[in-house]
Amino acid sequence: MDTTAQRKMETERPEPSGPSQSASPRLTLSGISKSFPGVRALHNVSLSLYPGQVTALIGENGAGKSTLVKIMTGIYQPDSGEISIDGQATTLPSAHAAFGHGITAIHQETVLFDDLSVAENIFLGHAPRTRLGTIDWRTMRKNAREVLETMRAGHIDADARLKDLGIANKHLVAVARAMSIDARIVIMDEPTAALSMKEIEELFLLIEFLKSEGKAVLFISHKFDEIYRIADRYTVFRDGEMVGEGLLKDTSQNEIVRMMVGRNVDHIFPRREPKIGAPVLSVSGLSHPTEFDDIGFELRKGEILGFYGLVGAGRSEVMQAIAGITRTSRGAISLDGQPIAPKSAADSIEAGIVYVPEERGKQGVVIGLPIFQNVSLPSLARTSKSGVLKLAEEFTLARSYTERLDLRASSLSQDVGTLSGGNQQKVVIAKWLATAPKVIILDEPTKGIDIGSKAAVHGFMAELVAQGLSVIMVSSELPEILGMSDRVVVMREGRVAATYDNKGLDAETLVRTAAGIAA
Amino acid sequence: MTDTPAPRHIPDRLDKPLSSAIFSWEALLVIIAIAIFTVNSFASPYFLDPWSLSDLTFNFTEKGLIALAMALLIISGEIDLSVAAIVALASTMMGMAVQAGAGTPVLVAIGIVVGLGCGAFNGLLVTRLGLPSIVVTIGTMSLFRGIAFIILGDQAYKGYPESFAFFGQGYVWWVFSFELALFLVAALIYWFVLHRTSFGRRVFAIGNNPVACQFSGVRVGRIKFILFCLTGLMSGIASVLITSRLGSTRPSIAQGYELEAITMVVLGGVSILGGAGSILGVVLAAFIMGLVTFGLGLLNVPGIVMSIFIGLLLIIVIALPILWRRLREGRFA
Repeated sequence: MDTTAQRKMETERPEPSGPSQSASPRLTLSGISKSFPGVRALHNVSLSLYPGQVTALIGENGAGKSTLVKIMTGIYQPDSGEISIDGQATTLPSAHAAFGHGITAIHQETVLFDDLSVAENIFLGHAPRTRLGTIDWRTMRKNAREVLETMRAGHIDADARLKDLGIANKHLVAVARAMSIDARIVIMDEPTAALSMKEIEELFLLIEFLKSEGKAVLFISHKFDEIYRIADRYTVFRDGEMVGEGLLKDTSQNEIVRMMVGRNVDHIFPRREPKIGAPVLSVSGLSHPTEFDDIGFELRKGEILGFYGLVGAGRSEVMQAIAGITRTSRGAISLDGQPIAPKSAADSIEAGIVYVPEERGKQGVVIGLPIFQNVSLPSLARTSKSGVLKLAEEFTLARSYTERLDLRASSLSQDVGTLSGGNQQKVVIAKWLATAPKVIILDEPTKGIDIGSKAAVHGFMAELVAQGLSVIMVSSELPEILGMSDRVVVMREGRVAATYDNKGLDAETLVRTAAGIAA
Repeated sequence: MTDTPAPRHIPDRLDKPLSSAIFSWEALLVIIAIAIFTVNSFASPYFLDPWSLSDLTFNFTEKGLIALAMALLIISGEIDLSVAAIVALASTMMGMAVQAGAGTPVLVAIGIVVGLGCGAFNGLLVTRLGLPSIVVTIGTMSLFRGIAFIILGDQAYKGYPESFAFFGQGYVWWVFSFELALFLVAALIYWFVLHRTSFGRRVFAIGNNPVACQFSGVRVGRIKFILFCLTGLMSGIASVLITSRLGSTRPSIAQGYELEAITMVVLGGVSILGGAGSILGVVLAAFIMGLVTFGLGLLNVPGIVMSIFIGLLLIIVIALPILWRRLREGRFA
């Protein structure tokens, strides 16, 4: 393979250094502190990344992981502390400077350009030029194909618009971009959060490839199986401080969990005694021109109904139709025996059905508004009198739900955008519960949030059904589906493939049904 | 969940440091206003006369009324560039009615209804067809003024009834004009609507994230439609005032008002990207614009120079808040 990218990589002469070898770190952060108004995000933390090794950064939401990533990529400046690369003390005053040092980050919600082609995304900012100084499109396309080829991602068309690609392929493009700039330090911020199992396997192959190329990789994930699969080292953060680091092969899962939460987590899923009543929501023959067809199911009082399927099976689209956000072509929905035809989210909220969307940033939180205003947004009719706001009632409403969800915030007037992902999710869930619904649809409720927040959300779900609410939980995480659901609907390619009682149900059955493999 | 500690209490709000009030945009506007006021009073001996101060207010009341509604529209993430053309069309329609012998109440009703109708037309195009408001209102800007030109050509409508003159020339008490009184009352109403009602809250929310608002059951299209109607309505009211003040209608009436109204809104601290702003800021900005244009007038600065000045001011006020924010966040790179 005599490709440009390949040659670049060869000039770097990667040393195959396993975790046992004590190579000198490529990047060292020491004594880093960073505060924001009212919040101490990081206090005296350290982190080292070694060439050819994957270091897992582990911590609950709000532990300071995202802040550290922003410091490493030059977006935030630390208040104090030192950064050194290859033993040389340095600073990262801007994103450009970090880029210049070969530091690149791949985020959970990929920050690439949807309307540009794959090749343009890979080479944005360092496109090959002709002698006239214009972009050399032909070379760029050729190089892009070569980089993708090297990563065994040749199936991605270099001319395709990025928006036409799935999330997994977008990640591949982001990695290709990292390869093309000859990145030496690759930060992966929850790259698997939105991927299917097969795509995760492909990503892992890619990480192995990065390791073999001598890159120093920082891997941020909440999933322990992934961390133990792919990482060599770990660093644990808790409440903005570093509480432990070392080699994963010397450390048990329980020890790390203890470091993270500062206490033992005995069981993740709450035990509950379901008291299931009469049907509350029934759906039959629900169809959409392109996304789903002939969907039928019943949700009963006090029940958690799991929806499992591969990404793209149409689960979110069905839920958005029930919540009045997308229109349907055919079918009937009835709530408590009364037929309903929600034409907008406002209609379904009024009827008592709420939908907690999967895309927290785009569809869930209103960044720019404080926490309490986010919580009260769908309930404004109740927290106002003849259209005039009653702030005291808004605060009471916001407080009662956010405190039940154990929100971590300095005040309810804090901009929701300054919270960590898990805490934003708590605000979003609080917002929906505050409307006092009969049916709550949670779409990937624990996507990308830590064990502590997960347990809080699960515990809360159990509490809700115990109070007589009915819950639909769309999830791609098998342990969550099996641990929480009373019954499971499996969807495949826009149709209901099967409905199971969750008694002695095993993960393999679900996966086979979702993938359409005969038993 | 039995082993988790009791939930922590989250306070409603933290005590803000005094510096955040001192460094607020509104405080800066007050300082600017005082500075310009002082400069003006030294620059011309006539400036401090109550009647000349009263004349000063006519420089911003009509545009200020439009700016109040425009502020809400811009906060919601939309814009209306057709406001001055709406003024022209409404004035033309009033002129036609005068020729047909209409009395003052009918004229006022026509001004307001035409304004409202034009605003509703903009609102329908934006919310029903999903077109970007900047494009729609550039189109309707030409359309509305075009109609005024076709009807009037290079003619002018005159002969407005005497009682009609009160709106633009009358005084409610001593030096306080009807226009100023109306502006202050309208400012109070808009302040209340934006900062104290659930409608205003939804306007802010839509400006920050329309998709999340839609998911939260906020009727985004309906609220935007209402905002376009309000902007049209205020343009109609402004048209009544200006027509009454001038006593005649030409198709070029209120030329360039849209830029001045938008400049007031942005100078008032409303984010041009939507989602943030205050009515107090817009009112202060209206006063400042009035002070500046009046001051320049006292110094016999020609109109063309004033329009250069407005252009520069618009650019500066769009750039300033962004630079100001960077400075405060300490990343002035």
